[in-house]
Amino acid sequence: MQITDTIAAISTGMNNAGIGIIRISGVRSFEIASRIFRTVSGKQIKEFESHKVYYGYITDKEIIDEVLLIALRSPRSYTAEDTIEIDCHGGNTVMRRILRTVIDNGARPAEPGEFTKRAFLNGRIDLSEAEAVIDIINSKNTYSLDNSMKQLTGKLHDKITDIRNRIKYEIAHIEAALDDPEHYDLNGYYDELSVKTDRIIDEITHMRKSFKEGKILSEGINTVILGKPNVGKSSLLNILTGEESAIVTEIAGTTRDVLEQDIIINGLTLKLMDTAGIRETEDTVEKIGVQRAYKYADEADLIIMLIDSSVPVDENDIALFDYIKDKNSVILLNKSDLPVMIAKDDVKKHTDKPVMSISAKEEEGIEEFKTFIEKMFTDGMIDYNDEVIITNERHLILIDEAINSLNEVMTGIASGMPEDLISIDLTNAYYSLGAITGEKVGEDIINEIFSKFCMGK
Amino acid sequence: MYEEYCDVAVVGAGHAGCEAALACARLGLETVIFTVSVNSIALMPCNPNIGGSSKGHLVRELDALGGEMGKNIDRTFIQSKMLNKSKGPAVHSLRAQADKAEYSKSMRQVLENQEHLAIKQAEVSELILNDDNTAIGVKTFTGCTYHCKAVVLCTGTYLRARCLCGEAITHTGPNGLQAANHLTDSLIKAGIKLQRFKTGTPARMDGRTVDYSKMIEQPGDEHIVPFSFSTDPSSIQKEQIKCYLTYTNEKTHEIIRNNLDRSPIYAGVIEGTGPRYCPSIEDKVVRFADKDKHQIFIEPEGLSTNEVYIGGMSSSLPEDVQIRMYRTVPGLENCRIVRNAYAIEYDCIDPRQLYPTLEFKKIKNLFAGGQFNGSSGYEEAAAQGLIAGINAAMSVLGRDKIMIDRSQGYIGVLIDDLVTKENTEPYRMMTSRAEYRLLLRQDNADLRLRKIGYEVGLVSEDEYNNTIKKQVCIDTEIERLKAKYVGTSEKITEFLLKNNSTALKSGCSLFELISRPELDYEITKEIDDERPLLPDDVKEQININIKYAGYIDKQLKQIEAFKKLEKKMIPDDIDYTQISGLRNEAKQKLDLFRPVSIGQASRISGVSPADISVLLVHLKSRR
Repeated sequence: MQITDTIAAISTGMNNAGIGIIRISGVRSFEIASRIFRTVSGKQIKEFESHKVYYGYITDKEIIDEVLLIALRSPRSYTAEDTIEIDCHGGNTVMRRILRTVIDNGARPAEPGEFTKRAFLNGRIDLSEAEAVIDIINSKNTYSLDNSMKQLTGKLHDKITDIRNRIKYEIAHIEAALDDPEHYDLNGYYDELSVKTDRIIDEITHMRKSFKEGKILSEGINTVILGKPNVGKSSLLNILTGEESAIVTEIAGTTRDVLEQDIIINGLTLKLMDTAGIRETEDTVEKIGVQRAYKYADEADLIIMLIDSSVPVDENDIALFDYIKDKNSVILLNKSDLPVMIAKDDVKKHTDKPVMSISAKEEEGIEEFKTFIEKMFTDGMIDYNDEVIITNERHLILIDEAINSLNEVMTGIASGMPEDLISIDLTNAYYSLGAITGEKVGEDIINEIFSKFCMGK
Repeated sequence: MYEEYCDVAVVGAGHAGCEAALACARLGLETVIFTVSVNSIALMPCNPNIGGSSKGHLVRELDALGGEMGKNIDRTFIQSKMLNKSKGPAVHSLRAQADKAEYSKSMRQVLENQEHLAIKQAEVSELILNDDNTAIGVKTFTGCTYHCKAVVLCTGTYLRARCLCGEAITHTGPNGLQAANHLTDSLIKAGIKLQRFKTGTPARMDGRTVDYSKMIEQPGDEHIVPFSFSTDPSSIQKEQIKCYLTYTNEKTHEIIRNNLDRSPIYAGVIEGTGPRYCPSIEDKVVRFADKDKHQIFIEPEGLSTNEVYIGGMSSSLPEDVQIRMYRTVPGLENCRIVRNAYAIEYDCIDPRQLYPTLEFKKIKNLFAGGQFNGSSGYEEAAAQGLIAGINAAMSVLGRDKIMIDRSQGYIGVLIDDLVTKENTEPYRMMTSRAEYRLLLRQDNADLRLRKIGYEVGLVSEDEYNNTIKKQVCIDTEIERLKAKYVGTSEKITEFLLKNNSTALKSGCSLFELISRPELDYEITKEIDDERPLLPDDVKEQININIKYAGYIDKQLKQIEAFKKLEKKMIPDDIDYTQISGLRNEAKQKLDLFRPVSIGQASRISGVSPADISVLLVHLKSRR
C-alpha cells in the first residue's frame, strides 16, 4: 500500500524462455540496482542514460549472471516511477537468485497486480482502465491469499502461531511493566528473555531452512506416475521417497488407488502420485481406478510414464504414448536388470518424449533420472505456476524479517538497550509472522496484557 | 423566559470542560461554562494524582499546546515521581500526587480570573439545534436559554449517573454530587447514540486510623521535574509527602469470594464490563485467582485533610463487606472509612460519531470531550477537552480546525483510537497503544507541539521562540558532533579504556563514539575541546537523539509512510455504496464511520488492504 517502498518481481513467466526480465520499481530502484550491478567500464547507474541498454554483471558475493540493464527514469516508465529492468539469461534458478539479491538489497516482492496499480495511481493508465485494475487487484488478492493460506500446512500454521503467542506474551510482559511499573518490574528479565528469544530464533531458522528446501510447503510440482500394472510404479515411488527420507505428508487419496507423497529432488519438490495400473478392463472397480489415474494425469505438471522393458510393447502402452503426446512427460524403461525386450529406440518410434533406462530393483539410473528432472525444471520444460513462487518469496521475506527483528532483540539486550526499544523489535517480529498466517493487527497485544497481567490502580 | 448570548457554551467543568472553556476564552470568545456545582470545578473524584505512564505524556503535550492542567498540578502537587527512569527515555513518565482541594481551588481561580469566561451553576437540560442540524444553543433546567455559536459537551460521568455500593443504589454523580438527568433525552432526540459505561473508586480512610509502620514508604523524587514547559524547575523544589505500600492477603480474598453474590456486578445489577485497567478488587481476585496478594497504595488526598485514598482496592461490595475486607490489610486493621468505595454507571457516547476534530459528524458546531466520549482518566479528559475547545473556537472564528495525528502525539493516538476503533470499556491511554512512541517522548512534547499551540494562539510568542531556539541548539550541536573527528591519540585511547570502551583503530566522529552503549554525551565532554555550554534539556535531547538514532530513524521512516496515507483525504460527499469492487462489509463500515482520510479508513476493523486499494483507485478516478 505504501508507495514509498520499492518493489521487484520477475516479470516474465517462470519458464525458461531463454531471457527473463526482472523489474524493479520505486524511489530506491536505482540505488538498489547500483549495489548489485557492475559494468565493465565501471560506469555508475546514476550516470546511465534513460532507456538505454547497458551490459554488465549482477553480483552478490560472486557473479550471478551476465545481464543487460535498462534504467528508466521517472516518469517515463510503466509505473511512472524510477524503474530498472534487468534482462538476464533466464533459468528459474538464476532469475530467483537475482530477485533474491534485489530483495536483500532493499526491495520487497511486488504483490500481484502491483505494477499495474502503481501505474494507475501515478496517472499512467487512463480512466477507462480503472475498473479493470480494480478487478485485477481484487481477484489477484483473493487468489494469492487463498493460495498462501493453502500452502500453510496445518503444522506450519500451528508452529508459527505458537511462536507468535510466545512472542506476544513477552511483549505483553514488557508493556505491562512499562504501563504499571509499580506492579511489574523487569529486574533480571533480560536473562530470561535472551534465552527465550534465542530458542525462538533457532526454531524459526530451522523452519526457514526446511521452508526453503520445500519440505513444508506443499507447493510441489504435480507429478503423476502412469503405467500398466506391475511395471514397478510403487517400487519407483519407494526408492524416490525412501532414499530422500523427506516425506512430509502421506495422504492416501480419496480411494486407495491414488497415493500421494511429497519428495524432494535436488531442492525441487515433487508432489508424486502413484496411480492404478492402466489397462483396458471390464472390471468396474478397476475401471474407476483407471479413470481416476487419468483425471490426475490430466492436471499434472509432469507425467512419468513407466514401462516394463522386459515385456514387449502392447496396445495399452500405445494408448499411453498417445495420451502423453501433448504433456510434459518422461518415459522410464524399468527393469533394466532383466533381459531387455524394449530398447530406447523402440520407444522412440512411438513418441518424441525423452526416454531413460532404470532399474528400480537394483536402483540403477536413479541419480541420472533425478538430474534429468531438475534439468527439465530449470530449462523450463516443466511449467511452473509463478503466483505460487511469489507467495513463497513473500513468506520467506517475512520469515527473514522476523529473524532480523529477533536478532535485533539479541543485539539490543547485549548492548543494554532499554526494554521499550526491545519491545519494538519483538513487536516487529510478531507482525512479520502474523503476516504469514494472515493475522490481522488488532488489539491483541493490549488484550494479552490485560488477560495475563493484573494491572491497575 | 430569560435569554443570554455567548460564543461558546461548555457543558461541564471537569478536567475536559475547564480546558475547553479556557481555550475558547483565551482565544477571545465569550464563553460560558456550566457546572452542577461550582464547588466541583476540576474535581478529582477518584485517584489523587495526575500523570503516570503515558498519561504524563498527555499532560506534557497538553501543556505544549497551551493547556492548563500541567501548570495547575505544578502549583498544587505534594509529591512528584518520574516513573520508568530505569527504562528508555520514551517511557519516562511524570506522576504527581495532587492536593485535591488545592488543585480544584486553583483551577477555579484560573477560570474565575479568565477574561471572556463566565461560570454558571446550572444543569443543562437541552441542546438546541437549528433546521440545518447545527448546534445554536443550550437550555438550562431552570429555564434560561443560552444562544451560542458552538457547544462543547464535557459531561463526564454525570449523565443519568447511578452509584452502587452493594445493595445501596443512589442516583447521584461522583462523590454524591447531583447527577444530570435531563440532557440524555435531548441528545437522543438529536440523533446521538449513547451507551452506558461503568467505573469505580476505592474507599477513603481517616488517616489517623492507619498504621503506617506496617507499610513500606514510597517517597517522591529528590529532584522534581515540572509538568509544564513554562514552570521554572527551581521554583517547585519542595518538601514532599510520602505514600505507602501494603498488600492484600488470603484473608482479604476469602471475604471477597464469600460475598461475591452481593456485588452488583457479579449479581448482574450492573451489566456493562468495567475498565480492565482499573479492575475492582473483586475482579482481581476472581480473574487472577492464583495471585495470593495484590498491591495496595495508600495516598494522601491533600495537606489540609486526614483522608487517604486506598489505591488498588476499588469495589462495589456492600459497606459491611468493605469494612471487613479493608481491615484484613496490614496497617488497616483499625481503619475507619470516611467515604465508601462505590461503582458508578453513566451515559456516554459512542465516539465513532465524532471527527478527529471532536466535532460530531452529523451535528455542526457540536463538540465533545472527556469521559463523555467513552474515555477514562483526568488526563485523557483534559487532552480531549483542549482539542474540542480549540476546534469549537476555530469553528466560530472561521479558521481551520486542528487534528493531531498518531505520529504527532499521544493525544493523536487517543483521539484516533476513540473515533476509529470499537471500544467496549472506558478507554485508557497506554504506552503500548502509541506505535511511534520512541518519538513521542515526554521530554520533547514542546518540540513536537508548541508550533501548533502557537499557531492556534494559546502559546505566547516568547514561549514559542524558546522552543525554536532549543531546536536550533540541538540540531547545531548534533551536526557539530557528526563533523567532529577524534583520532587514535593516546589521550583518546586512555579515555576509552577508562570508560570500559574499546580503543579506536582509526579516527571516528564524536557522534559515533556517543552512540556506543557505554558512552554518552556527558562523558565524552572530556575529549571534546569545543564543547559548548548548553542547558540540561538541550543536552538531554542531543544524547537521546544520538544514542537511539538507529531506532529513531526506523520510526521516522514508518511515519513517512504513515503520513502519505494520512494526507490522502476522502471527500465528504463520497458514496461508498456506489464504489464497485469494495466488499460489502467494507462498504457498510466505511459508510458508517465516514473516515476523513485513507489512513483512518485503513484502521477501521473490517476494511482490508484490498479495500483500501480499491478506494485509492476510486479517489484517483474521481479527479
